[in-house]
Amino acid sequence: MVKITFIDSDGAARTVEGEVGSTLMETAINNGVPGIEAECGGACACSTCHVYVEEAWREKVGAPSPMEEDMLDFAYGVQPNSRLSCQIKVSEEFEGLVVRTPDRQA
Amino acid sequence: MSEPIKTDIVIIGAGPIGLFAVFELGLLDMKAHLIDILDKIGGQCAELYPEKPIYDIPGIPYTSAQGLVDALLLQIKPFNPQFHLNEMVEKVEKIGDPLFRVTTDQGKQFECKVVVIAAGGGSFQPKRPPIPGVEPYEGKSLFYSVRRMEQFRDKRILIVGGGDSALDWTLNLAPLARKLTLIHRRSEFRAAPDSVNKMKVLAEAGKIDLVLGQVTALHGDGGQLHKATVKTNDGAISELECDALLPFFGLTMKLGPVANWGFELKNNELIPVETAAFETSVPGIFAIGDINWYPGKLKLILSGFHEGALMAQKAYHYCYPQKRLVFQYTTSSSSLQKKLGVAPQTAQPA
Repeated sequence: MVKITFIDSDGAARTVEGEVGSTLMETAINNGVPGIEAECGGACACSTCHVYVEEAWREKVGAPSPMEEDMLDFAYGVQPNSRLSCQIKVSEEFEGLVVRTPDRQA
Repeated sequence: MSEPIKTDIVIIGAGPIGLFAVFELGLLDMKAHLIDILDKIGGQCAELYPEKPIYDIPGIPYTSAQGLVDALLLQIKPFNPQFHLNEMVEKVEKIGDPLFRVTTDQGKQFECKVVVIAAGGGSFQPKRPPIPGVEPYEGKSLFYSVRRMEQFRDKRILIVGGGDSALDWTLNLAPLARKLTLIHRRSEFRAAPDSVNKMKVLAEAGKIDLVLGQVTALHGDGGQLHKATVKTNDGAISELECDALLPFFGLTMKLGPVANWGFELKNNELIPVETAAFETSVPGIFAIGDINWYPGKLKLILSGFHEGALMAQKAYHYCYPQKRLVFQYTTSSSSLQKKLGVAPQTAQPA
């Protein structure tokens, strides 16, 4: 388990335990973190689990795949640090990871 | 308006649950018409994730979502279901006991004894663009589809998106627009490479403007757009004069007209049903699959299949009120096998 912090658009932070090997989206949903909708259930087929990865973590978390980029076209307020949280697998290295959720998903 | 189509059952939604319902209804001699807003059969499975794996269909360790849809279509072929695609059901009215009139947004009407709502997460509708304050412009100067190209002649058009719709309309509208600008947030496009190449030729020839960036605000009055604020990828902010905006941001699921059919919805999005036949509060209208709710409900395809089977047993009594229903198995019933078009087993000599 690693600690992951989600900060919503109002600045409220929620730190939850993420299971290594699960996705960031699943971590959010399983812990009742608001601001992540995941309409398609993690199939990289919508864009409603959009998060912004904090600058300090961008390199470790990595860049989106071409398929994820395609889906990000549909997201709201896309920034260079935008990712779809269903495509981020939690690893040991993510202890302390901080991501922000956008003010709306769709 | 043309004559209504008369049938036993109208199924709203042609996803896997609606498809399997055709099978269960067909075994009991009920004919079904299916209506779906998508241009293809298969619902979410076909639209959202055709290539994705499904591991929890009983007896099928692995299939793709499209594979499941294809297999279901094969399974229900003997029952010759009629599909009405690209149509959204707008109204369901009770006109008899039991008789319903179902009307689509294309003006098509059906008269049926039973309505089965198998609409999953609702109807797929164009996604609002990620721009604040778009609502006042919708349908006036902001359009999610092009019905008549002439409407855009000599207009300054802004098209946003990088998929096939955005590129197709860029190519089609460029010749008649006064000015056309295509805005996409990055230099890669999802659209077919051929369309992308044609678009680039137009851009290089100065026939259209290609802008890499995002629209961040709209300006206008009374629903008429005058300008859009555009933030380009280098961080520069500029204003673009325009008369019409065509945003193509894909589809999203919305409950849609179901919300107006008089059901007391659970959490504003699910239709409560009882669990003996998955019938709604209106006798003769059933809801199966992801769109229904009952205590213990699981949004699984297999649950929707089960719901369809039980629904068909009750629907039979609305379609054939005088007849007694004898429960039979496809494995052993020669009458069911005849309906399925498979040769009945020769009776074993005693």
